[in-house]
Amino acid sequence: MSAVTFDNVSIMFGDAPEKALPLADQGQSRAEIQQATDQVLGVHDASLEVEEGETLVLMGLSGSGKSTLLRAVNGLNPVVRGRVLVKDGEEQVDVTACSATRLRKLRQNRVAMVFQQFGLLPWRTVSENVGFGLELAGAEDRRERVARQLNLVGLDGWGERKVGELSGGMQQRVGLARAFATDAPILLMDEPFSALDPLIRTRLQDELIQLQDELKRTIIFVSHDLDEAFKIGARIAIMEGGRIVQCGTPREIFSNPASDYVADFVANMNPLGVLTARDVLEPGEGERSIAAETPIREVMPLLREGPLSVMEGDHHLGRVTAQSVVERLSA
Amino acid sequence: MLDWLTEYKLPVGDVAEAVFDWLQANGGWFFDGLALAMEWLIDWILFLFQAPHPFIVVAILTAATWALHRNWQVPALVAAGFLFVLNQGYWEETSESLTLVLSACVVCMGVGVPIGIAAAHRPALYRWLRPVLDLMQTLPTFVYLIPAIVFFGIGMVPGLIATVIFVVPAPIRLTHLGISSTPTSLIEAADAFGATPSQKLWKVELPSALPQIMAGLNQTIMLSLSMVVIAALVGADGLGVPVVRALNRVDTGLGFEAGLIIVVVAILLDRALRIDK
Ligand SMILES: Nc1ncnc2c1ncn2[C@@H]1O[C@H](COP(=O)(O)OP(=O)(O)OP(=O)(O)O)[C@@H](O)[C@H]1O
Ligand SMILES: [Mg+2]
Repeated sequence: MSAVTFDNVSIMFGDAPEKALPLADQGQSRAEIQQATDQVLGVHDASLEVEEGETLVLMGLSGSGKSTLLRAVNGLNPVVRGRVLVKDGEEQVDVTACSATRLRKLRQNRVAMVFQQFGLLPWRTVSENVGFGLELAGAEDRRERVARQLNLVGLDGWGERKVGELSGGMQQRVGLARAFATDAPILLMDEPFSALDPLIRTRLQDELIQLQDELKRTIIFVSHDLDEAFKIGARIAIMEGGRIVQCGTPREIFSNPASDYVADFVANMNPLGVLTARDVLEPGEGERSIAAETPIREVMPLLREGPLSVMEGDHHLGRVTAQSVVERLSA
Repeated sequence: MLDWLTEYKLPVGDVAEAVFDWLQANGGWFFDGLALAMEWLIDWILFLFQAPHPFIVVAILTAATWALHRNWQVPALVAAGFLFVLNQGYWEETSESLTLVLSACVVCMGVGVPIGIAAAHRPALYRWLRPVLDLMQTLPTFVYLIPAIVFFGIGMVPGLIATVIFVVPAPIRLTHLGISSTPTSLIEAADAFGATPSQKLWKVELPSALPQIMAGLNQTIMLSLSMVVIAALVGADGLGVPVVRALNRVDTGLGFEAGLIIVVVAILLDRALRIDK
């Protein structure tokens, strides 16, 4: 059973979404639909399964509907057509159709969220913010659980400070701790790091990856940065104008972009993060041999001593030279 | 020339009178009950001010100011101000006026904050409420002294009612402003973690609106104080009484004395309540 299932989800902003759906079904764009009906297309017919423990990244330009789709998971945005199923124990709950009480329980215990602008309560201390979700759910052992989370995100000793005194990076750690604290198995993250400067961003990305190795939550992560997406996501869904245009592993997307839009994205990213020796082959023999899955970053220093043979098990695939790498990167 | 226009006069005054008559005839139990509750409130507060020795009350007020400010200047000003009032022999009137102000605060905040919250949650209600609030604040206060006397007779209660009608729009507006300007991001965070509507109100909206609500309290106090002279016209005790008496007798000395005391009390309250963070 998937942790989260999007089943033909359509989201429309406006007072008469029924009018706009047929146009969306004909494949009209957001601008055309808005012109004709005054409704804003948020998401159209998105279908996606997110497995337990998986990190899925929703990716796309500004306005492509990433946040809108993400916020459908915890019911912050109303779904006009389709279903969003969230796993709760042994059953799947349709967020779009369940009662307000059921939805509240899901939000308290199953689905937590991290916001781009942090969404912390400025008049509260760090600890009180981290414990916010627990407090709403009426958890008893709040103190210990908050202390554990503070330790997890490296904020020991900061608990009694007001959040306003903290830097942006630390505030987002508080945001992460608040989301982890409820022990919700599903985490929604809406560009959690994009308000931070690049150095802190990279650090928090690394920390998130580390934490995820430990905690094994199901994460749906929104990003408009393909480098970040490739770094964090096991799978990436690329959105354009409210529709999912491609979904796959980083490697699939990189080597086989489904449209010019995706290709554009890929062209603008730093390829060193995704390519492996397999991707930069040319025919011929090298001196030393390396495995086909060796990341390019690790291959580059070895190249100084001459061409390398690329092996998949015992099978010889070809060789890598400085020239072949440069050719692939500039292609 | 204008005969056609003046020939038929729209019966504004008659209608108002008819409404008041009807209210008096049918809403008597309501106004009586209201008057009883107000009287009870006023008596209690007045008792608190007048039962102890004036020095004790001044000491308590000074200590409270110190607790708010944690410095010596403002409490010293408060103590000096009240000693001046005692020196001038206006303690009784001052305590009566403070009672009126405090009662008005209790009623205005008790009514204004919930209404402000309700209006912030229901934009339609606020659209309907806004002209009413405008009317309450722009209608000359003398005009609603008349129905106040009709319904509540002469004394502290009609003075309090007139004060409340004039003052209550301020806390309503400021509470509305504070609650409706709660950042959406905070409301969403509360929603995302499964807050019930009442949790959202108590844990997010009210703390976020607290500065505006406190500003509303401050305005309530200052506006109530500005009503003491008007309240004296319908028989409310307090610092307005000597002012009205001075006006009737054209007694410049008495008028100036009483006026100065009002100014002193206003300054004390303003300083004591202005807390810069
Ligand atoms: N509450 C709303 N009311 C009306 N339109 C909305 C609302 N929320 C989003 N939209 C519209 O839906 C579209 C998708 O917005 P969304 O926020 O999902 O984009 P995004 O991919 O998250 O972009 P960004 O990177 O800028 O956050 C946009 O055209 C936006 O204007
Ligand atoms: Mg967004």
